Amino acid sequence: MSVRAADVAAAVALESGEGSALAHTLARTARRNRLAVLAGVTLVAVAALAAAAPWLPLLDPDAVDTVKRLRPPFTEGHVLGTDEFGRDLLARLLWGARVSLVAGVVTAAAAMLIGVTIGLVGGFYSGWVEHLVMRLTDIMMAFPYIVLAIAIVAGIGPGLRNAMIAIAIVGFPLYARLVRGVVLSLREREFVEAARALGARDGVILRRHVLPHLVSPVVVAFSLDVGAKILATAGLSFLGLGTQPPTADWGSMLATGRQFVILSPHVVLLPGLAIFVVVLALNLVGDALRDLLDPRQRLR
Amino acid sequence: MKRYLAQRLLLLVPVLAGVSVIIFMVLHLSPGDPVDIMLGSQATPEDRARLRTQLGLDEPLPVQYVRWLGHVARGDLGRSLWMKRAVLDEVLARFKATLLLTGTALVLSTGAGIALGVASASRPHSWLDRTSAVASLFGASMPSFWLGIVLMVVFALWLGWLPASGMYAPYAGGDLRDLLAHLVLPAVTLAAASVTIVARLTRAAMLEVLGQDYIRTARAKGVMEGAVVLRHGLKNALIPIVTVIGVQAGYLLGGAVLTETVFAWPGVGTLMVQGILARDFPLVQGCVLVVALSFVLINLGVDLLYAWLDPRIRYE
Repeated sequence: MSVRAADVAAAVALESGEGSALAHTLARTARRNRLAVLAGVTLVAVAALAAAAPWLPLLDPDAVDTVKRLRPPFTEGHVLGTDEFGRDLLARLLWGARVSLVAGVVTAAAAMLIGVTIGLVGGFYSGWVEHLVMRLTDIMMAFPYIVLAIAIVAGIGPGLRNAMIAIAIVGFPLYARLVRGVVLSLREREFVEAARALGARDGVILRRHVLPHLVSPVVVAFSLDVGAKILATAGLSFLGLGTQPPTADWGSMLATGRQFVILSPHVVLLPGLAIFVVVLALNLVGDALRDLLDPRQRLR
Repeated sequence: MKRYLAQRLLLLVPVLAGVSVIIFMVLHLSPGDPVDIMLGSQATPEDRARLRTQLGLDEPLPVQYVRWLGHVARGDLGRSLWMKRAVLDEVLARFKATLLLTGTALVLSTGAGIALGVASASRPHSWLDRTSAVASLFGASMPSFWLGIVLMVVFALWLGWLPASGMYAPYAGGDLRDLLAHLVLPAVTLAAASVTIVARLTRAAMLEVLGQDYIRTARAKGVMEGAVVLRHGLKNALIPIVTVIGVQAGYLLGGAVLTETVFAWPGVGTLMVQGILARDFPLVQGCVLVVALSFVLINLGVDLLYAWLDPRIRYE
């Protein structure tokens, strides 16, 4: 009993120490990395605008007005101009942001959930489970990323939901590999052995002793992955395999605008710029998170 | 090395088996009935049943899989529903164009990437190093298809220096000059993101090597700086660089799908997308199979090259 009390006290001391150290590092990172802070603010702003789109004084993103087609930016009534059907580009960009952002976050989260589970199981249990899991990820990685996604969409049919399913499936081996590597090294550590000697069941060991170690590498991978998933969804939409008309998403806006690029470059430039800015911001925040959470990388 | 080669080839068997199962399943997961697509809605039930037996669709899936695998092993990928031609011929004809595009992009990204990486590493924190860091961040964040469109607008439509799309000019084209002119924009677009990745990795590998004692010794001996960087430095940094180039080769092969669509380049990528939109499954299957096989072979090649460069790997 006394041993446990001492343990708890030590853990609390360690935790509070870690807490203030974390706050300190956070402050230092923010000071040193103004760009990442700016990127974070941009992301929050874009997400807030996208979330608030139904309540903002925007025009109907699907309202066709063929008289006013392909108007350049700063025309009266249309700040960012109109597309080939005379639809308001600002409204379509903001409504499209909802689709693109949600697609990026949801597919990355789904890939993460599947991948972390598989990686945990594959790393913790040696033997046939490990072999099965690793061969499965090997096979998935024997395809170029986007080609496998395209093949899956070919099988289950085009559409935003199916494109997201395909991208999530294709994305999980990344997390499975990452998590398995960490779990393999943890499996042999003394604290896991100690927990097992005390009679803890596998579920408890995984949840209480292994999972906490996975948080920072997975958070970093996830933050960088959301951007990659936004690019992938936009790519499938661009090929006509993702979002179907008239729904706006940044990739499909680019695809349809392509035919009018000579006369009205803004129809293509604006959605591309939107993807670029958001993914760039995500990458900057991801890099800063890595600096913050993974001290070994910071030394480089 | 022979032992390693045998081991590596043996490991290929389960991967290829898995790849074939996935490609086969993709066709059979599809909601549409191939019989409907081939016969249309006017067909009688008897016609449909006959075609179904003819195609072997009434047999259990494992039987169908084994038969399909047998056909594939003999180079018979079936007939395209849409073009009414043998899939293999069509895919191979298009694959040449994809290989040309991917190969050119790989040469570009390797050459420019290594040069940029070496230059950044020999002067860390110089303006060149900073610019390449920013460029790599941009490269990772920019949709390649968008970059392609922007390049097309600037260099083909505004400046008129290069052709906008296709592989040859429709009239009076067809020579090597024409082909190269058409190749520039797609190859640069495809290579753009990967140049920055190769450059960053080369820089990291070079910095690690340039910090070693033998580099200091070489400098102390009075070896010229250029020779130190290239002969003593780059040679020893090559192993991680070769690996990343291998990864990039596969990445470029996949990325070619999008780039081909932007520039109407007549490769496997455009064929695959057309096949999907036409619901021509044998064609899509053939395209995916050829691309996946070449990807597996590239990875094998990289592993072997790696083992050849670093003998320690063979004995693990």
